Amino acid sequence: MGFFTDTTVCIGCKACEVACKEWNDVPDTIGLLTGESYDNTSALGADNWRHVAFVEQRKPVKVQEAGLEGLEPSAEGEDGFRWLMSSDVCKHCTEAPCLDVCPTGAIFRTEFGTVVVQEDVCNGCGYCIPACPFGVLDRRQGDGRVWKCTLCYDRLKGHMEPACAQACPTDSIQFGPLDELREKANGRLEMVHEAGVTDARLYGADEEGYGMGAFFLLLDDPEVYGLPPDPEVVTRKTKSLWGAAAAAAGALALGVAAAFAGGSR
Amino acid sequence: MTAGRPERAVSQEDGHRSYYGRPVLKQPVWTWEIPWYFFAGGTAGASAPLALAASLAGNRRLERTARLAALAGAAASPALLISDLGRPERFYNMLRVFKPTSPMNLGTWILSGFGTATGLAAASDLLGVFPRLGRAAGAAAALLGPPLATYTAVLVSDTSVPVWHEARRELPLLFAASSAASAGAVGTIFNPPEAARPARRLLVGGAALELAISEAMKRRLGDLAEPYEKEEAGRYEQLSMGLTAAGAALAALGGRSRLAAALGGALVLGGAAAKRWAVFKAGFQSARDPKYTVDHQRERLQRRPPEERRTETFARGGRGR
Ligand code: SF4
Ligand code: SF4
Ligand code: SF4
Repeated sequence: MGFFTDTTVCIGCKACEVACKEWNDVPDTIGLLTGESYDNTSALGADNWRHVAFVEQRKPVKVQEAGLEGLEPSAEGEDGFRWLMSSDVCKHCTEAPCLDVCPTGAIFRTEFGTVVVQEDVCNGCGYCIPACPFGVLDRRQGDGRVWKCTLCYDRLKGHMEPACAQACPTDSIQFGPLDELREKANGRLEMVHEAGVTDARLYGADEEGYGMGAFFLLLDDPEVYGLPPDPEVVTRKTKSLWGAAAAAAGALALGVAAAFAGGSR
Repeated sequence: MTAGRPERAVSQEDGHRSYYGRPVLKQPVWTWEIPWYFFAGGTAGASAPLALAASLAGNRRLERTARLAALAGAAASPALLISDLGRPERFYNMLRVFKPTSPMNLGTWILSGFGTATGLAAASDLLGVFPRLGRAAGAAAALLGPPLATYTAVLVSDTSVPVWHEARRELPLLFAASSAASAGAVGTIFNPPEAARPARRLLVGGAALELAISEAMKRRLGDLAEPYEKEEAGRYEQLSMGLTAAGAALAALGGRSRLAAALGGALVLGGAAAKRWAVFKAGFQSARDPKYTVDHQRERLQRRPPEERRTETFARGGRGR
């Protein structure tokens, strides 16, 4: 199970952010004015499990409305403006570096294929934080543990859809079995392409390797939204890393032995 | 919230693009304990085989100082590690599982084994009891020491932090060399020049390798070596290179003077500690600036043959479309 976030219909209402905080009892940290468009959440973190990004761009497009029409490129030479909005969330990676490196087993994969941190096991070592290629996890101030989206594990168990998806008024956030979502997403991508918006692309929808439990339909390069353009499953190399460490350890032992060659005194 | 906020990119069009100049990755939350742990664990880890070799060579004085260095490092390490946890009282959760996919978990096991063996070996040596058990424990510590000195390189490079992950080939050897230099330095400082000869060789050899690997690593990192040249990491890196080179030269040339050798040893120790800080801080700097994440990944995409550009495939909606 997972999310398909269709950013072309996002209206930036932040209902998802609020619903998530309400349902999961996440501390309220919103309130600062950042001067970055309508964004005062800034990034995903321990206290923000959904984050709506607001990108203002000079771009020749016609007056923008939610839906397809407004996305059509405008005539040559017209000075346009477009507003991109996108609700970001933990990707619930199929190969999750955070899960692999966690030394306590606090992070586990649920029966729904999602990735969840057990708050009663996490010792706050913080290893998962730099392991995540999307900057999702963080340690909560004064609490010592790391927190992130649970994909509403409790609601899934009760056969309910996640709070953020339920609260989304435009269906920008869709929840369901991933293969069904991918099919929908591909259909939607074709529609958008046919409407002439050729910049649109799916991000994270690959089933293999990069396949993620949350993927997106974007209207520009991933980095514009704060997403990495080529995220890597770093933990695929763990074995070869150990190989390099073993070789270095061997070299260290040899070096010590060599220091005694030619007399100990 | 405002502290550590990145400089804001003025517009999306200037240079490297990112979301209001915000980092793509999260900076690690690790604090000052971690680089000191790398240093303490490394020095202890290289001192254990030094103690064994000295004992086999019949160099009792060197054996004893090396054993004490291993003991001191093994005692300080868990304290530093536990102090860095957000929930220190839950340290034991790491020892409740054995999880080879997690370098931190495996490292905790290596450290636990090393600490136990080193404690037994030192106790037997100092108290003069159970000599056979002491020898066996000393051998076990000598076996676990080198992995203790190098696993921390795996720990940092098994992350998405650009300067750590991309330096994964050099970091283990860099940590090994730096640890060897430190263990040699301790042996040099606390022994008269005759007893310290092997330690002095280890110091000089380790320091020379440390300098060479550092340079090779930065060369191979290319643009990603930039964090090593600026801000805090840059200062630590310069300090480390200077101290290590000066200390090694002093110990090599003035080794027969006890004062010169001890001073050289102290400089090399300082250089090894600064090196850990340089690596540590460079990681933070490269995670904080989205340029290193985005540019590096873009370049990687460009280098890949078009049919293997995975973002391109997922940009078109998964495989085969
Ligand atoms: S996005 Fe990050 S936090 Fe979420 S599952 Fe993947 S690695 Fe873990
Ligand atoms: S901070 Fe918690 S969840 Fe993250 S790796 Fe450490 S123990 Fe696991
Ligand atoms: S799935 Fe639940 S926990 Fe995750 S962002 Fe949505 S509401 Fe929050």
